[in-house]
Amino acid sequence: MSKTKTVKFAEWIIRWRWIVLILSVLSVAGMMTGFSKFDFKSDYRIFFSKENPELLAFEEMQDTYSKADNVMFVISPKDGKVFSKETLSTIKWLTEEAWQTPRSTRVDSITNYQYTYAEGDDMIVEDLVLDPENLSQADLERIGNIAVSEPQLINRLISENKQVTAVNVTIEMPDDPQTKEEKEAVIIIANFVRDLAAQVEERNPNLDVRLTGMIMMNVSFPEATLGDLQTLVPIMALAVIPLFMWFMVRSVSGVITSVILNGFSIIGAWGIFFMFGGYMSGPAMSTPIVILTMGVADAVHILVTFTQRMRQGDSKSEAMIESLRINMAPVFLTSLTTVIGFLSMNASDVPPLHDFGNIVAIGVALAFVYSVTFLPALIMVLPVKVSAKEPKAYHWMDHFGDWVIAKRKVLLPVVAITSIGVILFIPNNQLNDEFVKYFSKEVPFRADTDYTSDNLTGIYNIFVDVKTGESNGISDPEFLKDIENFSNEAKTWPEVIHVETITNIMKRLNKNMHGDDPDWYKLPDQKDLAAQYLLLYEMSLPQGLDLTNQINLDKSSTRVGLTLHNLSSNELLVLEDKVYDWFKENAPQYDIGAASSNMMFAHIGERNIKSSLSGTMIALILISVILMFALRSFKLGVLSLIPNLLPAALAFGIWGMFVANVGMGLSVVVGMTLGIVVDDTVHFLSKYLRARREKGLSPEDAVRYAFQTVGMALTVTTIVLVAGFYIMTLSDFTMNSEMGMMTAMTIAIALIVDFLLLPPLLIKLEENENAETRSDSKLAESTTV
Amino acid sequence: MRKLVLILSLLSLLPFNAIAETAEEKGTAIAKEAERRNTGWENSKAKMVMTLISKSGDKSVRQIRVRSLEVENDGDKSLTIFDEPKDVEGTAFLSFSHATVPDEQWLYLPALKRVKRISSSNKSGPFMGSEFAFEDLSSFEVDKYTYKYLRDDKLGEHEVYVVESYPTYEHSGYTRLINYIDKKEYRIMKIEFYDRKNALLKVLENTDYKKFLDQFWRATTMTMDNVQKGKKTVLNWSDYEFKTGVDESDFSRNALKRIR
Repeated sequence: MSKTKTVKFAEWIIRWRWIVLILSVLSVAGMMTGFSKFDFKSDYRIFFSKENPELLAFEEMQDTYSKADNVMFVISPKDGKVFSKETLSTIKWLTEEAWQTPRSTRVDSITNYQYTYAEGDDMIVEDLVLDPENLSQADLERIGNIAVSEPQLINRLISENKQVTAVNVTIEMPDDPQTKEEKEAVIIIANFVRDLAAQVEERNPNLDVRLTGMIMMNVSFPEATLGDLQTLVPIMALAVIPLFMWFMVRSVSGVITSVILNGFSIIGAWGIFFMFGGYMSGPAMSTPIVILTMGVADAVHILVTFTQRMRQGDSKSEAMIESLRINMAPVFLTSLTTVIGFLSMNASDVPPLHDFGNIVAIGVALAFVYSVTFLPALIMVLPVKVSAKEPKAYHWMDHFGDWVIAKRKVLLPVVAITSIGVILFIPNNQLNDEFVKYFSKEVPFRADTDYTSDNLTGIYNIFVDVKTGESNGISDPEFLKDIENFSNEAKTWPEVIHVETITNIMKRLNKNMHGDDPDWYKLPDQKDLAAQYLLLYEMSLPQGLDLTNQINLDKSSTRVGLTLHNLSSNELLVLEDKVYDWFKENAPQYDIGAASSNMMFAHIGERNIKSSLSGTMIALILISVILMFALRSFKLGVLSLIPNLLPAALAFGIWGMFVANVGMGLSVVVGMTLGIVVDDTVHFLSKYLRARREKGLSPEDAVRYAFQTVGMALTVTTIVLVAGFYIMTLSDFTMNSEMGMMTAMTIAIALIVDFLLLPPLLIKLEENENAETRSDSKLAESTTV
Repeated sequence: MRKLVLILSLLSLLPFNAIAETAEEKGTAIAKEAERRNTGWENSKAKMVMTLISKSGDKSVRQIRVRSLEVENDGDKSLTIFDEPKDVEGTAFLSFSHATVPDEQWLYLPALKRVKRISSSNKSGPFMGSEFAFEDLSSFEVDKYTYKYLRDDKLGEHEVYVVESYPTYEHSGYTRLINYIDKKEYRIMKIEFYDRKNALLKVLENTDYKKFLDQFWRATTMTMDNVQKGKKTVLNWSDYEFKTGVDESDFSRNALKRIR
């Protein structure tokens, strides 16, 4: 943008300020209409693209068998006795009531467990606990022993020590939610089961009820992030931002203007996002904080120049025109690179991260537009008083610049060696997406789930679909033998808590059919016999307790369910290989599929890193090219790669030292921060170049000039950015809190690199060039800028 | 005389009479009329092909033969012989159905060469892994439900009564059924099943009705749609025979082993 054009533009804005203000408000109102399409999804499946292979495999398996979405009531009697009359009565009551859960298709508990036994030639199928009120002590004892010796129940619905039990409700969620009722299904269900849990505790104060399962996880996504929206955003908008604006510009009007400006950007970004059919999700919930943080930088630059000019005696409008003239180009440039950085998140394999990037990108673009239109217009109509004295802090930078120049010979190797040392820790980082750990320990779902895995059963699992490829093939004794061998082997694996397998049922039926003779607790050795047992058993089960969760339609495949301890992504992938390897070695004739929701999360890390890296590369190339044009120097464009990339590398190195777990939220940090850290480099280099080109200063003096002019502004904007992203770390949603931590760290490091490494590098580069100039005068001419 | 009774009972269903009738009485009257019209067939034989259709469209077929014996004032007796899949060929299932107490059930397993009595109060479970529950397939008895007439309606070309019914059996899988009964022949054209939480679970449509012995209507295609799970089961009935000369002794535990 040429100066005259910018000046004309600024004059126009000031002249028509009221119209600009009205148009600004109208445009925000227009974008706000998008909120009528407000939509949210509380389903962990949103983290996976529709083409995600693990998602497709899992969905296919769910279509073949039955759904695995569930709510688990985990019940712990305070007296430590599950098998007491009172506790069993309440569990029976809960089992009945749980059928009322919206969208429930199945309820499993120790009371409605279909216990089969023989009496002569009769086979009796009945609820394990029929009439708890009238049980004797001996009955209670007997039932307890049956429960803990039943492979289907132990470590699944009853703990070995008989102290904790569970009622599991299977839920059929809508595939493609359309109506309001379907979209809010998760919340409706969660409200229902929470109320039911409270009723249980009221009926029987001896019981503690905890809730876990996929439905509770799904509902925790919006709940955990809604907390952010209610607490973190107000802290940022009403405390942090005004405080820093005050520190920078010392003007009430300036503070008010920038707060409104940021409000406009946030509302506008969400409005547009909804207008285009976007929906709210955990990561999207944290965008207001990011937009606030990013938007404030534009306002700072414009207002700082404005107040400086006024202090120097300019009139209000002169000061504003001058401020826009000076700042338009850099503010546009930094906004553009930031937008590119956030847009690079679209390469990720995780759709909510696209949304996050897009919402922030829109917000940053809007912040730029409003900063050069609404902000000057509003400042012109508000009273502005400028204190005569410049904030003292502005002069701290002069001394700091001198120090850096003096120590440059030491700084260069020290920073370089430290950096290499830190970067060496990057390989320490391990990809890990454990969905339970997406929530902080403050979130009830996380606490209840941790309790469950410590005391009863795991909530991680792998379903192994074993296909014979022929109708009724699962009754084949050979096949059953293989499944039993696999189940027995899996049970010995330390990762596995419980194995659900059809062979347990087969063995039990065989025993029942032989008068409960324990010697017959083994697999039937004839195919037709096994098939007939299944027919018999299927015919005697009640609604909802059928075998469709383990056997497919034409009985050609069975699903073995492994319940697992809490495993990291890597451990889970190792276990997956172990499953495939076992079948390859011992039963290669079957087609095997392994899937589960946590397997989807285990694979997403690697998949997402790869796709995010390509996005980061594109952003890097684009941003570097833009820098070369903006700085009009190829050489400095290349040099800028160091301060632009080093911060993220160092941040990941430090992360590798202290945390080492990298979830899907972190994979996008490089691309995202690139657009932000580049701003520091742009401001520093452009001031340096102006000093070299326009003022003809020596490299040392040019560095000094850069420190004097932008040092303080960069420091303060960095503090604002770090504070903003640091506030995200308070989120109960670790995907957001880790992203905030890593981004805050990267931005802080970027400033350190720009101050301690970039100046020595610049001086060093020019010294080398001068050396070359002496030997080759032709090159010297061509490189003169 | 008989004709007079018939006319009188039919008259009782006419609208001018209905003014004094409660919805419950009218519903019960419709059910009684439906049962009355389906009385006197004594016994029957039929073949059934059951096609299970999964959510993704996979199909699986089973074949059985069903023999039924009409029992007055109680549920009918039925004998089911499995032909397909081959592994269960020759398996025979005898059931004495009852309205409000558990059915009596015996199963003959040819592989074990034994008859086993199954003691279970469950009637709500799936029949052979299909979307039909046991209770959907057992004979219709007035006592199995209480009734409430809802409205007159039109279903395709048929004028129908819409009657809600509530299972009397404690362990039923349903809270209520909405029955669509055609006014002309009192055939059940469609049933909507509501599960224990009163959500629509399944829809049964009876089509291709055929008349036997010039009196008894039988649907030869029955389609059950599980709207919650997206699964479907189609029953195709054929080779209906009535009054085949069988009696009580053919529906006994001892007869089970002899069945071919």
